[in-house]
Amino acid sequence: MPELYIYILVMAVVTYLVRMLPLVLMRRQIRSRFVRSFLYYVPYACLAAMTVPAIFFATSHLISAILGFITALVLAYKEQSLIRVALGACIVVFLAERVLTLVGML
Amino acid sequence: MNPFRKGIAGGIPIALGYFAVSFSFGILAVKGGISPLAAAVISLTNVTSAGQFAGLTIILTSGSLWEMALTQFIINLRYSLMSLSISQKLDAKLPLWHRFLMAFGMTDEIFGISAVQKDPLAPSFMYGAMAVAIPGWVLGTLVGGLAGSVLPAFLLSALGVALYGMFIAIIIPPAKTDPAVLMVIVLAMVFSCLFYFLPLLKTVSSGFVIIIVTVVVAGLMAWLKPIEEDPDDA
Repeated sequence: MPELYIYILVMAVVTYLVRMLPLVLMRRQIRSRFVRSFLYYVPYACLAAMTVPAIFFATSHLISAILGFITALVLAYKEQSLIRVALGACIVVFLAERVLTLVGML
Repeated sequence: MNPFRKGIAGGIPIALGYFAVSFSFGILAVKGGISPLAAAVISLTNVTSAGQFAGLTIILTSGSLWEMALTQFIINLRYSLMSLSISQKLDAKLPLWHRFLMAFGMTDEIFGISAVQKDPLAPSFMYGAMAVAIPGWVLGTLVGGLAGSVLPAFLLSALGVALYGMFIAIIIPPAKTDPAVLMVIVLAMVFSCLFYFLPLLKTVSSGFVIIIVTVVVAGLMAWLKPIEEDPDDA
């Protein structure tokens, strides 16, 4: 599947350029307050858009996904580490699906 | 302790976290029909969770290469700001090749530990962190890709939320103290749902949904609520 490696090449080159160009070319801060604000908000907007609604379809049942989502929100709010939040959500999904199986919903 | 060893020490917890998250990336990739080795190549050449995740969706849905380039550009645009920030911390006389090499390891987490080092930042600090974090990322992908196919479905289902859990862990803590960030998150989630459920918007491919939602929401909030002028805020 040679096409796969063309995709990977495009991904890798664009990602590297985005990281490399400012570091190599720019020696001073961006002045535009709008651009700086935009860049500041980008990761939050992007990660939030990628998480919802996708997380609701990431498991075997909507209920376990919602419980996993809530667990991640609570743990993140308590400022737990990335690993703990991720694993906590996984464990709750796992337990929820055991219960769903027992009551015949899954 | 020399900067390289200090970087290794800072990189170990990052590597552990990467392993868990890239494990689920490997599983997702293999589930979609990509070989574990190819998944590991993606991880080795990209070293970015959100970008790879979106890129995988585009590959699996046979999106165009333009869509791929544009998605990676928008999603990874934040690295430009991080690179900019780090460029302010470097010795002006630093040979250029260091900047080319450091750029490769500019991830959210490595940036995070590097940004808080005192000026000037020694490139070897970042190299130390990269030396453990990147193998963690690549090995996790490979193991996830290989073991994912033998793991039972209920485990795969549970691991399916790992990546999202990490995203939530990144975006929620800053939202506690910055109402604008909270607003960005809520708006982005609502818009993204609109694209998923509304009849006409539903036809837009998921890669473009992420771009459109990100640009619209970040642009809107940058206009309504520009950040305070603090160079360390990024």
